[in-house]
Amino acid sequence: MALPSRTIEELRAPAERMRAVAEIAARHSADVDREGRFPREAIDALKAERLMAVMIPTRFGGEGLGLLEVAELCTILGQACGSTAMVYAMHQIKASSLVSHGGESPWHAGFMREMVAEQYLLASATTEGGIGGDLRNSLCAVEVKDGRFTLEKDATVISYGLYADAILVTCRRAPDAQSSDQSMVVVKQGDYSLAKTTGWDTLGMRGTCSEGFRLVSSGDAAQIFPQPFSEIAAQSMLSASHILWGAVWFGIAADAVARAQAYVRAAARKQPGSVPPGALRLAEVVAMLQDMKASVVAGVVRYEAALKSPDELSSIGFAVEMNNLKVTTSQRGAQIVTHAMLITGLSGYKNDTPFSVGRHLRDITSAAIMISNDRILSNTSNLLLVSRFDTSLVN
Amino acid sequence: MRDRIRKLIAERKVIAVDVDSLSDSADLYEAGLSSFASIQFMLALEDAFDVEFPERMLTRKTFASIEAIDRSLSELLTERV
Ligand SMILES: Cc1cc2nc3c(=O)[nH]c(=O)nc-3n(C[C@H](O)[C@H](O)[C@H](O)COP(=O)(O)OP(=O)(O)OC[C@H]3O[C@@H](n4cnc5c(N)ncnc54)[C@H](O)[C@@H]3O)c2cc1C
Repeated sequence: MALPSRTIEELRAPAERMRAVAEIAARHSADVDREGRFPREAIDALKAERLMAVMIPTRFGGEGLGLLEVAELCTILGQACGSTAMVYAMHQIKASSLVSHGGESPWHAGFMREMVAEQYLLASATTEGGIGGDLRNSLCAVEVKDGRFTLEKDATVISYGLYADAILVTCRRAPDAQSSDQSMVVVKQGDYSLAKTTGWDTLGMRGTCSEGFRLVSSGDAAQIFPQPFSEIAAQSMLSASHILWGAVWFGIAADAVARAQAYVRAAARKQPGSVPPGALRLAEVVAMLQDMKASVVAGVVRYEAALKSPDELSSIGFAVEMNNLKVTTSQRGAQIVTHAMLITGLSGYKNDTPFSVGRHLRDITSAAIMISNDRILSNTSNLLLVSRFDTSLVN
Repeated sequence: MRDRIRKLIAERKVIAVDVDSLSDSADLYEAGLSSFASIQFMLALEDAFDVEFPERMLTRKTFASIEAIDRSLSELLTERV
């Protein structure tokens, strides 16, 4: 696809461009969900609107957007199609690792310029057979010889793996490294082959096409991030993941609430002078939505404050708060959508009414298992053996 | 102090490799120190030296090497007297 090239000055505000994409995503969301297919139309629109590389610093040709602005973009898209928004969020999480850790490495800096020019879609291969979602351990190892690397991974989940332009792969730093001594490698199309091992016929998030693959790759050793993955995970990836996932889930929940509100208003119009029965629950669910919004916003504010100091970013207190953000928003989101369905009743339960919330409900159930909340809570419980919660309201 | 730290690392099996093969400045995370083990190790240090790590010391850097741990512990022990 030939992309229109525009200077930054010619571009409209990112949120405005995203609203145009969201319209396209909403139009195809039911079909994407039903067929479990890649949201091709919306991703093409994201590329055409030049929304893929917005986080890349201006010195590499991007727009240098911060995480709060990108979270807002995810929320806008999340209200249209949960799968498309999750694809976009996962891509931006990978982009954030490049932004935070790639600037000093000539190869990665060059790759960022390319991302802007070509509007690449980046995928992630952290999950591995025999390891699961334990991000901080790998079995596979990258091997470097004469300036070239080779890497094979039993990647049991790579969302939109077949449609990505590059994949960021975690692995052990060397064949003799410990399982927690990891690196991350950028493999570009042409560097790798994917042999499908598992499918993705799921309850929700069907359009993310998160199939499993045997990944075989090789390339220039410079494609390996110079920092250890432990640093990348602690300083950018975990926070970006939990914030942007939370933003997507908030978008899904917000659209379910909007449908519930539309349902209650329609009922109110039919019976002027009386308050419909769903109105009380609507008041309750809007309070929950406001609470969820506060969690996401507080998470971003905390992250942006921590960005000013690398020590703070790798502190245990910060890790606890970012873990909690994921657990809280995933639980809240599911409660809210369930509530919206109670309000809309059969109209919400059916798939073919303007008040349908079935897709929302199925999509949001993925939140609790997308890195299991139990896994995250058990990790946090360990951290809380030494760390105390910061009780000040103003830092 | 560094000897006591080394002894604790060995006793508590904090890392999989032999601690004697590591220099004082060697990166413990590279030697396989996991997030879980690092917390357990902090608790062991608090117990052994009768100190409590304040929030500002609870970062990766504090526990990155035997040298770094020594530095933090010394700071806490001097504060105490
Ligand atoms: C929509 C979606 C998209 C995804 N996209 C990608 C992708 O692009 N790339 C990628 O690499 N991965 C992807 N994943 C996979 C994801 O990163 C996790 O690997 C996956 O959700 C499994 O989580 P888990 O490892 O916590 O569960 P598993 O390891 O499968 O564990 C199964 C269950 O065991 C329990 N459990 C496991 N560990 C613990 C523990 N320590 N304490 C308590 N209980 C525990 C939990 O109940 C958990 O649900 C995606 C997942 C989803 C849902």
